Amino acid sequence: MKNGIYILLALALASCKPAEVANTATDAPAGQTIQINGAGATFPYPIYSKWFDEYGKSHTNVRINYQSIGSGGGIKQLSAQTVFFGATDGPMTDEQLKAAPGPIMHFPTVLGAVVPIYNVEGLEQTLRFTGPLLADVYLGKITKWNDRAIAAVNPGVKLPATDIVVVHRSDGSGTTYIWCDYLSKVSPEYQQKVGVATSVNWPAGVGAKGNEGVAGLVRQTPGAIGYVELIYASHNNILFGSVQNKAGEHVNATLQSVTTAAAGVAVPDDFRVSITNADGKDAYPISSFTWILLYQNPSDKERARIMVDFMKWALTDGQKFAPELGYAPLPQPVVEKEMAALGRIAL
Amino acid sequence: MSARRRKIVSRVFETLCGMAVLIALIPLALILFYVVKEGAGALNLAFFTQMPKPVGEEGGGMANAIVGTLILIGLAALFAVPVGCICGIHLSEYPRSKFSSAVRFAADVMNGVPSIVIGIFAYGLAVLPVKRFSAIAGGFALGLLMIPIVIRTTEELLRLVPPGLREGALALGASRSRAVFGVIIPAALPGILTGILVALARVAGETAPLLFTSFNNRFWSTNLGQPIASLTVQVFTYAISPYDDWHRQAWAGAFLLVMMILALSIIARLAVRRLERMNRP
Amino acid sequence: MKRGDDRGFRLATGAVAGLVLLIVAGIAFELTRQSWLSIGKFGLSFWTTKVWDPVSGEFGALPFIWGTLYSSVLALALATPIALGIAIFITELSPRWLRQPLSYLTELLAAIPSIVYGLWGIFVLVPIVRKIEIALGAKPALGVGMMAAALILAIMVIPFTSSVAREILKNVPSTQREAAYALGSTRWEAIKVAMSYGKSGIFGAVMLGFGRALGETMAVTMVIGNSPRVSLSLYAPQYTMAAVIANEFTEAADELYLHALIEIGLLLFIITIIINGLSRLLIWRMKNV
Repeated sequence: MKNGIYILLALALASCKPAEVANTATDAPAGQTIQINGAGATFPYPIYSKWFDEYGKSHTNVRINYQSIGSGGGIKQLSAQTVFFGATDGPMTDEQLKAAPGPIMHFPTVLGAVVPIYNVEGLEQTLRFTGPLLADVYLGKITKWNDRAIAAVNPGVKLPATDIVVVHRSDGSGTTYIWCDYLSKVSPEYQQKVGVATSVNWPAGVGAKGNEGVAGLVRQTPGAIGYVELIYASHNNILFGSVQNKAGEHVNATLQSVTTAAAGVAVPDDFRVSITNADGKDAYPISSFTWILLYQNPSDKERARIMVDFMKWALTDGQKFAPELGYAPLPQPVVEKEMAALGRIAL
Repeated sequence: MSARRRKIVSRVFETLCGMAVLIALIPLALILFYVVKEGAGALNLAFFTQMPKPVGEEGGGMANAIVGTLILIGLAALFAVPVGCICGIHLSEYPRSKFSSAVRFAADVMNGVPSIVIGIFAYGLAVLPVKRFSAIAGGFALGLLMIPIVIRTTEELLRLVPPGLREGALALGASRSRAVFGVIIPAALPGILTGILVALARVAGETAPLLFTSFNNRFWSTNLGQPIASLTVQVFTYAISPYDDWHRQAWAGAFLLVMMILALSIIARLAVRRLERMNRP
Repeated sequence: MKRGDDRGFRLATGAVAGLVLLIVAGIAFELTRQSWLSIGKFGLSFWTTKVWDPVSGEFGALPFIWGTLYSSVLALALATPIALGIAIFITELSPRWLRQPLSYLTELLAAIPSIVYGLWGIFVLVPIVRKIEIALGAKPALGVGMMAAALILAIMVIPFTSSVAREILKNVPSTQREAAYALGSTRWEAIKVAMSYGKSGIFGAVMLGFGRALGETMAVTMVIGNSPRVSLSLYAPQYTMAAVIANEFTEAADELYLHALIEIGLLLFIITIIINGLSRLLIWRMKNV
């Protein structure tokens, strides 16, 4: 009889959440493995995982664990200090920087690009687009593939009278940020009606989740147009269009044209700059940096030292891994500026 | 209604029920076929024994994620099964009290909360205060998702035990607790276990709540106070990447997950059958 | 001594049950606290505004509320008869040797992770739905939209409801059915008697399914088209509350934006309460008529 009560109480107690593991955040004494957690953008995840792996080969006691939970997530978790470093496709705003518990520095790591993809019956070749044209399509103003504006840029191409089905990202994403950043620069109406963010109020079209969602939907929907990361398009053999840049040239997105875009922009000291619609004859207009975020005055000096060392490696040796994975390496002047900036982190 | 007409009606409905089974089996077959087609081919030894590798490198697997998922659902069950069952016991023993009505209502509401919201809640409670992601936080989030299902099924199944059984036990002088634990629960155990299984299956496939709690870990870790890998998050990460090799691994992971849950189901059912046989005099 | 035992039993089990109340209250509290900015700025108009604009900071939840309710009700309407049909078939009608395999198969549907449903949905279900839409004359026939969402939700709900309903029916004492047969019932009539006995349990099974549908995220967001709009059309892409939270939460770094998203979570919470309250009222009415 009494046993029953005791069993119950024991069960009730056992069902309480077990006491927090009493480790402190700073784990290992020198010599043992030390783990550093980071979070942020999904776009650079493949190259970061390659980098952390390669770095780990020559620094066997260091384990850097990066998870892609999204740029916003990276910024949030960094500000909440649940991770040691963040990563983002879009630079932090002034408000976000102010809200963080300490000053945060941005460090560009690689370059990426966003390309327009489409599915038009009978069309196997690369279509040409211009910024204002894409803006009008995404504003819902151009609704048919044989519209005069599209035909004007693609002389000699037979365009059918199919309806355009606009596909955009439903999940917040750095890719959307870059796309909208570019369109807002080339179309005042887009800037006013839609604006720039990782998630916007789309005037037209259907939302698909992730690059693969957009690519999948475009592939299956006749007349669809969408936007995806360059890497995604090239690795999946998806046909994408060329975009007319500021200099008037119709440029296809390639690693070269993307790096050229970065070289054509004056980079400020805090590296928070947009390089869409860049100057330069061969610049691809829808390109962007992606950044790693670090606190300027970290309290955990050991981890900070490791991250700074890692960054120096990534900006030099690490860059050679970029092209084979589909990322454009940073131009040399930017690298030099960053190496100097790394010195400002209080170790 | 004539007897003949009633028989026809009966036949019609019986056929409809049979058709319901067939209708449900069609998407099941389609999905399974799809998962097997995409995933079974990608399973190899490396998958079970190696850690994730960067793109372009041979091999690479999800050993840490497999173990991580097992640990996470183990933690979830540890949290949810006692809480859910005891709560269900209380609700079935004192079904009409105002307190019980409130609890029942609360459990139903909890069941409708999307897993991502539970994840955010668990984040605020188990991650933010200690400023770290951990396996415990992940287990906590999954446990929260399981609780309402366990409560509901435990309560309903205990209620279905014939009142004669309870009355008999009490008449023989057993206390409530003895009656409940010694007689009623054993009688309803198979059903309760099914409820737990349904709950486990539900959470084993969850991704969103883990993103903010157990995070994920590229390395091998069984430390409960650190981020831990899980099949779902790893599959999700790979699935949204641009690389074919990672896509194959994502499907392999998904396939493995389905098989694991099925295995859990089968093992538990066998255990239940053995229990049923033991209980039969 | 026995009375002390019983009191102890009641208190101990009650304490654990109270934990559940505490958790739910905690969730409600946290959701309100973390959506404070949005509640303060928009108040009740949040429920009725159609605009969702993260750039300008204007947020309204109406399209999501609509999408969630519409898709869940449709899914329930599709899934419940099938799930109950399966449960009845397995417990009452099928030959003994078929029972275990069929049970396993239906449970297998529940074992499939939500993200796999989503991927299958976009690559297999959506093209099928597109073909159906073309045949029905929809223009444009996208495939993604309410129809696909309702279908995939229904498929996901079926195993839940049917597993629990099956257990309920299995545990209905055979005396009930025997009595019905003794009175000359047909098979179906005896089944109805058994279902009536397990009425509250079956209702619980249905509610479990409904809860699943309301909160399902991954699979829905892959096939619903993710366009905030209020529309009765089955062909139109729409959006649900759980989907928008899942899609935008990890990227949202702006305070008001985050609070607006969590307020949607709070709204879903409140709607779940209302639906549960209403259905309880319904049951009470049914019992007391």
